[in-house]
Parts: sequence; structure tokens; C-alpha cells
Amino acid sequence: MSASTTPHVAKAIAPDLVLERSEAVPVLIGRHEDFLLIAGLGGTACDVGAVTGDAAHVYSLGGAMGAACMMGLGLALARPDRRVLVVTGDGELLMNLGALATIAVMNPPNLAILCIDNGHYGETGWQKSHTSLGVDLEKIAAGAGIAYTRTVARADDIPDGARLLRDHNGSAFVLLRVKPTEPPAFKRNFDASFLRDRFRAALTTP
Amino acid sequence: MNEASHRSLDAGRAGTGGWQDELYDLLRRHGVTQFAYVPDAGHQILIDRSLADPDVRSIPLTTEEEGVALIAGADLGGARAVLLMQSSGVGNCINMLSLIKGARFPFLTLVSMRGDFGEGNPWQFPMGQATQPVLEAMGLICLHIEQPDEVVATTVAALTMAFKAGQAVAVLLGQKLIGAKPF
Repeated sequence: MSASTTPHVAKAIAPDLVLERSEAVPVLIGRHEDFLLIAGLGGTACDVGAVTGDAAHVYSLGGAMGAACMMGLGLALARPDRRVLVVTGDGELLMNLGALATIAVMNPPNLAILCIDNGHYGETGWQKSHTSLGVDLEKIAAGAGIAYTRTVARADDIPDGARLLRDHNGSAFVLLRVKPTEPPAFKRNFDASFLRDRFRAALTTP
Repeated sequence: MNEASHRSLDAGRAGTGGWQDELYDLLRRHGVTQFAYVPDAGHQILIDRSLADPDVRSIPLTTEEEGVALIAGADLGGARAVLLMQSSGVGNCINMLSLIKGARFPFLTLVSMRGDFGEGNPWQFPMGQATQPVLEAMGLICLHIEQPDEVVATTVAALTMAFKAGQAVAVLLGQKLIGAKPF
């Protein structure tokens, strides 16, 4: 299946989606050095990599689908002195919705989640995800008890979403709804053990 | 954090203690500061003590695989975490353990066994009997505790293997130790 034609079909059935992920994500993240980042598998790891480059303060998943949010929670609890940003996709988040409930219960003030929602499983042939079929992940996050939530679907929503990712007294959740287009090209490092050692070393070396 | 409601469970500790309290104290002395759990009678004292301990974070999970990812995140931040679960929860962790094996995260879980010695509920046997093979297939080392006088030595061994040698270790608390539910 051609990835270049199928997103076009998907776009045709979702005319309300106007934002390009490659344009919105860098503005939402802003100064990436302010965060420790966990990037979910698939396209979101490329979104983050395009912003940060191959950087020690980023842990990118290449598998273990569903892990990103809970890794962010463990990291945020371990390092209350640092801001933690999880960047995940709609497909990964749908696989582990319970994590939103656990994060809401723990509510660390230094944890924010940015979910890039393109409504599709882009890596596996652009099948629709549940968010193309009526599921609203911001409502699920809010219903779980996360107090600071936003949906960013238009350009003029972005400044408020960017502020929420940095300025919150409890855990925050921003749903970024984007067109179903390819994530930015980024050659990722898939060596999970190397990434762990480098992340830890960078955190313990002032 | 919504701990107040959990703390009411603290009353459940009264009159028990013994090896469970020794186990908690050992984990704390070895620097464990995050206790992730799915509620379970076999771990009740550990859970309640972690909820009552102001120096640790006690994390209630909706499913056990959340705890696997949490432990990896804690390690990235330089903290030591433990996952408390029942053997039935091991089955919920399988693919997430790819993270532990692939990145060689240190990993410690305490598993209270069901579907084993003296079990009276037939529903518990499929996962109970599969617990050790499944864990071993995903690269974990399994240590067993069947008697109270084995708790300290085996737990110290597991802590050393996990946090000094960077291994992934499951301590299986057998039904001879924690008691079987006869139903």
C-alpha cells in the first residue's frame, strides 16, 4: 500500500483537520532543553527527533507500545526537579488508556503529555484509529481526572497549548489534532540500551 | 495524590507483620522509593506500608504492564522501583517486558502466587502454572520463597542481582508462604 496516496484519502474524509504535525509540534514543544522527553514509538519519535536531534535528554521507544506515558510518570516521580514531557500518538495512547487514570491519581506537577492525534495508524497502512471514529482522547483524559487538558486543532490554539505544557500545577494533557500526513523524516537510534545509558549519564553529569 | 482513601486500608495490618514487614524494610534499606501495585491480598502489608511511608511514592496501577513501563522511567531518573503483583498479572506484562530486556533495565518484581500449592480456585491454574515459563521466556530470573525464614536471604539476593548487576528478577512468593485460598 502506498503511504503517499492513502493519507490523501484519509484527509478527504477529515476536512476539519488543518494542522501539519511538522509545523505544530516544534512550536508546542518550544525550547526542548527545558524538558526530559519520552517519545512514543512510530511517528511521534520522529516528530521529537526533528525538534531535538539525537539528544541525550530524549528516550525514544521503538516498540513496547503503550509504554510512553507510564515511563514519563516513573521519570517525573523520580525527578521532581525536572519537567517531563511525554510525546505519544493516538494509537499508542489508545493501547494503554488506563495510564491516564494512574497519572491522574498520582498527578505529579512536572508531567505533561502531548498526544499527536492524526486519527490513523500511519506505520501499518493508514488504517483509521478510534479517534477517527468518534473517540475523544481529551475527554478521556479529563474524565480520568487530569485537571489541565486542551485540544489544539487550529493555529490559534497553539499558544495556549504550548503554555499548558509548561505552566501547570498538576499533570497536563494536550491533544494535538493534525492532518494524516507523514511525520518528519528522522533517522532514529533503535539501540534501547545505549539510549538508557546515555540518558542516565546525562542526568547524573551536571 | 489521592492517598487518603487508600490509607484506610492500613487497619488491615493490625496483628500481622512478621516476614512482610522484614521484606518492606529490606526494600527501603536498598533504596527502593517507588512501589507500584495492583491490589492483592498477598501484598497487602507491603502496599499499606508504602502508602503510609512519607518517603516513598506508592502507585496504584490499572493493569500490571503499566508498572513495567513505570519502573523503566524511574530508572531513567535514577530511582529504584518495585512492581507488586499477583501471578495472574504476569500475563498482562509480557510484551511490555520487551522494554526491560531490550534496554537492559534493572527490574524487580515480587509476585504473589496463585494457581499453585493448595489452590482451590480452578480459574487460577492456567496463569499460575504459566507464570515462571512466561517470565523466563522474557528474560527474567525467577527466585522462589516458600518459607518465612527464606525471605531475607532471597530478597537480598534479588536486590543485589537487580540493582548491582542490572538483571531482571522476579521473586515468586509461593502459596506455602502466603497461604492458599481454599474456596
